[in-house]
This record gives sequence, C-alpha cells and structure tokens, in this order.
Amino acid sequence: MSLLKLEGIGKNYFGNQVLQDVSIEIKAGEIHGLVGENGAGKSTLMNILFGMSVIHSTGGYEGKMWIEGEEYSPMTPLEAMERGVGMVHQEFMLIPGFTITENVKLNRENTKPSLISKILGKSLEFLDFDNMEKDTIESLNKLNVEMDHKQKVAGLPVGYMQFVEIAREIDKSNLKLLILDEPTAVLTESEAADFLKIIKKLSELEIAVLFITHRLDEIKEITENITVLRDGQMVSSLKTSDVTPIDIAALMVGRDVKIKKTNKRAFDEDTPIALKVENLKVLMPGELVKGIDLEIKKGEIFGIGGLAGQGKIGIANGIMGLYETSGKIYKNGVEMKNNDPGAMLDNNVAFLSEDRKGVGLLLDEPIDLNIAYNAMESRGRFFNKIGPLTQVDKAAVLQNANEMIKLLDIRCRGPKQHTRSLSGGNQQKVCIARALTFEPEVLLISEPTRGIDIGAKELVMDTLVRLNKEKNLTIIITSSELAELKQISDRIAIIAEGKLNGIFTPDTDDVIFGLAMSGENVEVVANG
Amino acid sequence: MDKIKAIYNKIGFPRFIITLLLFLFIGIAFFLDLSLASMFTDILKRFGMNAILVLAMVPTVQSGSGINMNLALGVILGLIGCLVSMELGLAGWTGFGVALAIAIPLAALAGYLYGLMLNRVKGQEMTVGNYFGYSVVSLMCIFWLLAPFKNPQLVWAMGGTGLRTTLTMDDSFGKVLDNFLSFEIMGVTIPTGLLLFFALCALIVYVFSNTKTGLAMRVSGSGEKFAISSGLNVDRYRILGIVISTVLAATAIIVYSQSFGFLQLYMAPLYVSMPAAASILIGGANLRKASIAHVIIGTLLFQGLLTVSLPVINIISEGSMAEIIRIVISNGIILYALTRKEAV
Amino acid sequence: MIVPIVFIIICAVGYYFSGLAFDFVMVEMFFRLSRNLLLVASLIIPVITGMGLNFGIVIGAMAGQIGLFIIANFGIGGMTGITVAMLASVPFAVVFGYLVGQVLNRAKGKEMITSMILGFFANGIYQLIFIVMAGKIIPFSNKDLLMDSGVGLKNTIDLVSIRKSFDTWLFGDIVNFPVMPIVFVAIILLLINRFFKTKVGQEMRAVGQDMHIAEVQGIDVDKTRLKAIVISTVLAAWGQIVYLQNLGTLNTFTNHEQVGLFAVAALLIGGASVEKATWKEALIGTFLFHLLFIVSPPAGQKLMGDAQIGEYFRVFVAYGVIGISLMLHAMEKRKKTEDRLRLTIKEK
Repeated sequence: MSLLKLEGIGKNYFGNQVLQDVSIEIKAGEIHGLVGENGAGKSTLMNILFGMSVIHSTGGYEGKMWIEGEEYSPMTPLEAMERGVGMVHQEFMLIPGFTITENVKLNRENTKPSLISKILGKSLEFLDFDNMEKDTIESLNKLNVEMDHKQKVAGLPVGYMQFVEIAREIDKSNLKLLILDEPTAVLTESEAADFLKIIKKLSELEIAVLFITHRLDEIKEITENITVLRDGQMVSSLKTSDVTPIDIAALMVGRDVKIKKTNKRAFDEDTPIALKVENLKVLMPGELVKGIDLEIKKGEIFGIGGLAGQGKIGIANGIMGLYETSGKIYKNGVEMKNNDPGAMLDNNVAFLSEDRKGVGLLLDEPIDLNIAYNAMESRGRFFNKIGPLTQVDKAAVLQNANEMIKLLDIRCRGPKQHTRSLSGGNQQKVCIARALTFEPEVLLISEPTRGIDIGAKELVMDTLVRLNKEKNLTIIITSSELAELKQISDRIAIIAEGKLNGIFTPDTDDVIFGLAMSGENVEVVANG
Repeated sequence: MDKIKAIYNKIGFPRFIITLLLFLFIGIAFFLDLSLASMFTDILKRFGMNAILVLAMVPTVQSGSGINMNLALGVILGLIGCLVSMELGLAGWTGFGVALAIAIPLAALAGYLYGLMLNRVKGQEMTVGNYFGYSVVSLMCIFWLLAPFKNPQLVWAMGGTGLRTTLTMDDSFGKVLDNFLSFEIMGVTIPTGLLLFFALCALIVYVFSNTKTGLAMRVSGSGEKFAISSGLNVDRYRILGIVISTVLAATAIIVYSQSFGFLQLYMAPLYVSMPAAASILIGGANLRKASIAHVIIGTLLFQGLLTVSLPVINIISEGSMAEIIRIVISNGIILYALTRKEAV
Repeated sequence: MIVPIVFIIICAVGYYFSGLAFDFVMVEMFFRLSRNLLLVASLIIPVITGMGLNFGIVIGAMAGQIGLFIIANFGIGGMTGITVAMLASVPFAVVFGYLVGQVLNRAKGKEMITSMILGFFANGIYQLIFIVMAGKIIPFSNKDLLMDSGVGLKNTIDLVSIRKSFDTWLFGDIVNFPVMPIVFVAIILLLINRFFKTKVGQEMRAVGQDMHIAEVQGIDVDKTRLKAIVISTVLAAWGQIVYLQNLGTLNTFTNHEQVGLFAVAALLIGGASVEKATWKEALIGTFLFHLLFIVSPPAGQKLMGDAQIGEYFRVFVAYGVIGISLMLHAMEKRKKTEDRLRLTIKEK
C-alpha cells in the first residue's frame, strides 16, 4: 500500500486553473522528486498537501488524497502535522534567539507538572529541559550530524540551520512524509552533498520525502521516482533510473511553441552597442547577480531568462541602480554612475519593474500621475512656469493620460482612478504608458506578463514589438516564461546561479534551454 | 443600499460620527435657545487659531513620515520668536513680523536636524517623535526658568524666577490678526485677518505641493520604492516635509497666541500635537494621505464640536463633560487610525 | 549597560550636591522600592512577548483604583481591605487587559504608540464614569466619596483605613520597614522569572522573537499576546494598590496618569530595552530612577538656586530616556534587517 496517494488534485484561483488533475503515489521511505518551471504548480501542490490557509481561503481544492489508505484533507498545517506530514520551507522557520533544542522542540516541548499547573492548567507546566535535550540529541544522531544542542541558532551556518529544521521534523514521532521545498538552493556545494546524504538517511528511517528542486543532477542522484509538472498539469510520473537529465529538462519546458518571429534580424558588427555591462554584481536579496558581462545592440530585443532565484531579475534592477551594484555599465559607450536611478533616467534608460505594485506604481495615486511622473521628474515635462515657480500642468497630464488610455485600451473608470483598483493587466498597461510618455532609448522590462490575462498579454507584447520597430527602441526583457522570450527576442541570455550560462537564438531547442536553466554546462550556441 | 454604503465609505467613520455629533449638538443648542451667533463667532475664531497647527500635519504625512507627533518643537521656537519680539517691546504688525522672522529660520534649522534623526527611525516616527517632543518640552522648561529675559512683562515680578507661565500679549501684538478688517454680520464676528492668514498659509502649502519639488515630496511619501526608482532622494524629501511642518507649527503658535491673547509656556506645548492629529484624521486623512481639504473639514468639525458642546453640556450636564468629550474623541480617532489595516 | 552607568554617575553627583543624609536616602529608597517596583515589574512580560513597553498599564492602575473605590465604599480596612481590593480589581483588570490586547493585536508593530494613546483614551472613559456617572448611574453607598452634589467622585479619596496596612503587616511592631510589600514583590518577580520556563512562557518568548515563525509552528500568536497583556494589567492593578496603600490617599483623577511614563522610564534606566527586560533591570532601574527623584530637587536648589529646576530635570530625564531608547531600538531594528541581508549574501 502506498503511503500517500493523490488523485485528480486540482486548484482553481479565481477562475484561473493553476493545477489540474495531478495524481501521485508515494511509498513509505521513497524519495520522490517534483520538478517543474516557475508557475508550473509546484508550490500550489505543496500548499494543498500541507493544509495552508491560502488554499482554503480561496475555495479549497479538487480531487482526493489518502495517507495509508485513510482519506486526508488537511485544513491547517497543524492538522497536516498531526497526520504525519512535515515541511521544511524555503525560508528558515527557526527562532534565532533560541537554542537548537528549543527550536527542535518548539511548541512540542516536554513538560512536567507542578503544583501551579495542577490548579491553573496544563499550559503552566514547566519545561522539561532534560527530556527536551535528550530528544534533540536523539534526532540529531539519527541524522548523523554533530551539533551542540545548547547553541543558539543565530550563529549557525546556513547548512546547519537546515539540519535543525529537519531534526525538528523527525522529532515529531509520527513523521511519515517530509516535504522539502528547494532545500539546497541556499547551500554551498559541499553542504548540499552532506544534505543529500541526510535525505537518504531519512529514507532508511522509512520516512518518505517529497523533494522539490531545480537541480536536475540532484534529482537524478537521489530520487526513486519523479513527477514533472508543466503549466499546472502533470506531464508524467516516471522512474528516475529510466531517464537522463536531458529528458527531464525536455519534459519540464517542452511545450509546443510556435515561433511567431517572422523577420529574424541579424545585427552586424557595425550596429552600435546601446548598453554594455562588465562584471555586473548586484546585491538583490534572493536574486543575486555574481558578475555578468553583456552587450546589447541598438534596436535589439534582448531576452533574459532563467529560473526563479537565479539572478535574472537582479540584472535590470542592478543596471537601474535599485540594489547595491558594482561593475561597469556603459550606455552608448559612456560609463554610467552606479546606484543612481535618476542618472539612468536622465540618460534615457527606463525600467518597468517586476514588482509592479511596489516599484512600478503609486497605488494610491491616480492613473494620470502614474503615467506622467517619469517624464515630469526627469524631463521637466507637464509643468507650467510662472516666473521662478513651476506648477503642475494638470490639464496636460490629464490629456496625456486620456490619449494613453485610448492607445493602450486601459480599462478604467477614468484617468483619475487610483491604480490600486485596476486589474493586473491594466496596471501593466499604465506602466507601459509611463514608458511611452517618457520615450526612452533603452527600456528594461521585467516579467511583463506576470499576473495578467491573455488578452492584455498579447497587447503588451505587441506594443513592445511595435515600439521596437517604430522607434528603434532597445528592449531588455526579463521573463520567467521562455515562450514569451522566444516570441519576441533577438537573443536570449540564460542566467543560472547568478552567472551567465549562455546566450541563445530564439529558435534554439527547448531542451537546451531547459538544461541551461538548470545550470548544466551547455555550449554557447549563439553570440551576437 | 450599496449606494448608501459607498457614500458612507467615502465619508469614512470619523467624519461621519463627528458630523453627526456636531449636528446633534447644534440641534440641542437651537432647542435650548442658545445664541447661535456667538457660537459661530467662536467656531470661526477657533478655526482660525487652530487650522495652521493642523495644516502642519500635511507635509509630514505627504512626505511619508506620518502624523507629526512633535509639533511641540516648532511651537517652542514660535514661542521664542514671540518672547524675543515682546522682550524688545515691539507691538502690532512689527511685533508679529519680528516674531515670525525670528521663529521661522530657527524652526527650519531645528526641523532639519529633527528630520535627520527621524530618517534613522523609519517606521517608528510617531512613537519616537512623541517622546522626543516630550523631552524637548521638559528641557525647555529649564530654559524658561533660566533664560535671560528682562522685560518685567515677561518675568515673575517677585517670588519666582524665570518666565511667567502665562504671558499676556495685550501690550504687544495680541489680536493683531483677529482685528484686521474684522466685521460683524448677523451677530457673527468674522476675524478676517485671522482667516486670511490661514488662507495664505494654505495657499503656500498648496502651491508648493504642485511645484516639481513639492510633487517629488508627495511621490516620496506615496510610494518609497517608486520614488527611488524615479531617481528621487527620498530621505531628503522626508526632511523637507518635516522642515515645512516645523516652520508651520512655529507660525501656527504665533497666530494662535495673538488670537488667544496669551503666551503659554512650560508644559503647554505638550498638548498641541494630539488635537491637531485628531483634527486632520477627522477631516478624512489617514496616516499616509492628507490634503488641505482634510485640514479645513477636520478643523471645522473638531473645533465646531468642542465649541458647540461646551455651552450645551454646561446646561444639561457637568461642566467637565466637554473636556471629557475632547479627550475621548481626539484619542479615539487617533486609535481608530492606528488600528486600521491600511495604516502601515 | 551604558544607561545604568550614566545614571549611577548622575545620581552620585546629585547625591553629593543634595547634602542629604545617607540614612535618610536609604530609608526613603526602601519605601520607594517597596511601592513602585511591582508597577515596573508589570512591564516585563509584554516586553518579552514582543509587544514593547506597555504604556497601557495606566489602565491596570485604573483597575487597581476601582478595587480601592470598592473597599472605600464598603469601609473595609486593614489587610482585609487590601486583600479585597486586590481580588476585586482582578476581574476589571482581566477585562481591561483583554480589550487592550485586542486593540494591540490590530496594531502590530505600533504597539507602543497605540498603548499610549489607549491610556489617554481610557482616561477619558474613566473620567466619564467617575465624574459623570458615579452616584448617578453607579451607586455609591458611602456618600463621603462623592462630591457635595451627589454626582461624581471627589478629587481625593481618603484611604486612611488601609494606610500602610500592608507595609506594617506582621512585622510592623518589630521594624519600621515595609517588609511584606518587599516580600510580595520579590515573590512576584520570582514567579515572573519561573513563568518563562513554563509552556506558555516559552510560547511568549517565541512570539516575542518572531511572530511569523511562531505562527507557522502552530502557536496561536494573538492569544499569546492577549495573555501577556492581561497578566501585565493585573500586575499593574496590584502594583497601584500597593503604591496607594503606602500613600494613604487616592487622587482620583491623577494618580494613574503618570504610572506608565514613570514605570517605563525606570525600567529603561535599569538597562532594559524595548525587546529585553528582566527582574534585574526592573530592580536597578527603579532604584536609580527614584534615587534621582529624591536627590534632584535639593541638588537643583543648591546648584541653580531653584528646586523647580531639579524637578524639571527629572521630568526631562524620564522623557529623554524613553525617547532615546526608543530611537536606539528603531535604529537597531533597521540595522538588523540590513545585517540579515548582508548575512545571506555572504553565505551564498
């Protein structure tokens, strides 16, 4: 009998089917890999398995689950834990000021009764540190790791924190299934190797592991079976020994992509370089860039792709100077000042951020100001001059907004509506309208279609292509969606682990892209 | 029903409840045959006295450092302006002008230094500002005791050292604004100069907020990340907001004192921030958004309520009830703003 | 550590100039510790639970005063009176604490300013009840407590029947020290210390360190915070009763007002912070703050020729210490997030 069985699991967020008909079986002690691109539905599946409140506050899920033959439908993480399901989150859930013991036993402390607790209730029982320590040492021993259980977590290396998390999970005496969400993403190579050993150890303890990672070599190394998700659908569930990393990559990304690009353009040596970066390093948390060189030609549409957390998002943010950046940035051959967004704007480089609601928009200001602001601040447009005084030319701001609303078909109640209440697609159109009003020479745009509906998607992409053609706008587009990059880019750079892993032409085979994204060494197929 | 709900949401709970109370009290006052004319005279006067203090909240909210719990800083410098002007024996417009001329640069400097500090405690401005204000006030108490003022009008004649607690301004520039072009209509006295001066301050704030710099300040407050990515130095605009607020507070206390006829020293400046904060919140502002309309509506409602409730309550209940109402309303409204989800 | 040291120096200088006799100061300090320490101690639990300095103990003090109104009304004196007052104040303190906790749970991250404003707000309600309603809606059988009009409590209420009853209990004939209040507060401090080694105490520590993680590990964060504030409020109510039995009179409308300010200042002077406080800081801080109380007026008189200056200096110190430590806390918090960022970068 299988330990965990899923049948026909699906999830619908407000009419958007993010997960559909997933069926998996996991045996006791099995290490099961779960792979898929960003947005393939991995985290949704985990959230369902762990009873997270986001699932239930948005209408629950479809399908059925069983643990050891008994039906399982957790409403809270607590319920999941009671049924023997544990989870190690991507971010650490440890209290830094507590010792290892206190963390391992958090909210499951051993207690002993006292006179007061007998009168006033169990919650006033004293902590039984001796037994807590004994249990902790036992759990750590099971994992074969040596740590001082009295040490505070705050000073531990990251790898050890991960061990503490796992020790906490196996200390739950009934643990049957452990979900690991990208556990090796924060580890160094040697730490990751140790970590994999520990996972094997768990398997020997008859604990099943659902292992989520993007490192295909790891998957290949330790899992028995693999489930591949793509666009919320289960592509296949197969035996690890039957496949190669290349096969897995192909399954991950292999959708039918019709390359619409008709007029493939060649940029020759003479085309001037619009933007060039040398040894670009960006301290963007979660998206570190660790030294990248790029040259982007004038009039080019340059795509940047890669998996989440690998640094692709950091590049545009670094060029714009929104996070601490080092290295050299040249625009039309002139070196730019680092870490100065104003200077970049003054040099006609505009940025539409992936963080639309934080960086991209003033949510509590009207549409018209949102559209006009870059042009106002950096170009001094839309102001009336009265002697030495400048005053906002409200009529011009409004008129500009009205034109943009018509041009981009922004669905709103009018130019004075606050952007907070717009849909994702219309918010993105407002951002694009701002870039149109600003009229940059180079446009950096990140995740342009994330969270917006299909109709708006097409319009956004078409607008980018049109701007590129009509105004010879150089565009650097960063996206998690490979299809999107292939659709409009002239070249596509793939970033893995903060470094450039190759620049490819859009007609490159998807398998190659899949491998490149997973950090495999792929021969560079295209270069200028 | 939905429509009513939408209108209610637009008005907001504070404005709604205070307006309701105000009309209730006006109704009772009418019923009790109280002189509405003298009430409206009072409301106008108190509006003029307090509106600039409330206006001083606008720049800090707009620039993103929230409600300015440290109006006391500006108020103290305004008081120093008044004291120097009175020490010199100046009266009338000269006295008023000199007080302003001394207070404003001092307030600008103090606001700048205070702004530097507030930028290091982002997110905790209200708490830190409040206690910073309190300690400045108590430190200044020692200053009032030791300050080298000589004018017998200002210092205790005998039996005490230092400046008096309350100083009459009859011989200096008391009422100089109130009496300017004031006239009576249907029994209501209109303090034209006072209202005009507020209008001037409000106009300056309005015009400034529509200049390129002013717009940048508002954008800094509205969305910090957006502002940074637009090339703005957010910290600098936050300081600017605090400087303007402090200067307005200094101006406000000079205006307030001349209208009141007395200068109040020692612990008095402690009590300016709360009512001003309550007023602007009643006017429809929140911790992130404030406009001149909020100032006008809020001050009118709050001062109106205080003015009307006093005589009404004196008749139907204890005299101290009016004070209690002031405490409950002003703090209740601030609590309401603090516990709302969007109050980040 | 720097804060207590600075205050030891200030107090030493003040003591030197005050010209007060050592014996007098020590006796005075003993009394002041016995009557103030409990109020300061009531702040510890919310600090550990991550709710900052609970200025809302003003509301606990009100509950204590309600207990005293009750015994004054029924004329219960002596230790019986104090015991009844303490017991009677508990239900009020629990309800008030629950309400304060509810409000603070809706203002996470802004607990301190909110609890302070809440104190002002409650003061208004308190006045409404005891000025306007007392005698009218709320019956008082002892008309001596009421104003001549029969409505509203008098500004001062005589507590002569319990004056120093607790101070002199059991040992009154032997020594002239408040032995039992000291023993009482010592026991409370010990219990607070032990409390953090219980299950619920551990939950509070966890919530205080990181609400999000505590929640993920299945701890009911809001409920834990409520409990912390309720305990704090009850302790403050008792603290106020101990304090007022020593004074022997109750200023109906002013006694509670400064409770939060002075207790917070004392705790901070002892070296506590917004996030960390133990009985040691409470003890040291109460001692130093009240030493300053005793020595600053005569020192001000000697140095500046005006006792008032010493008085204002003391107030300035109270506010200043709170202001500065809140500022340092806010700065540290910002630095910490930056450090954490750097940490992850280094490790990667």
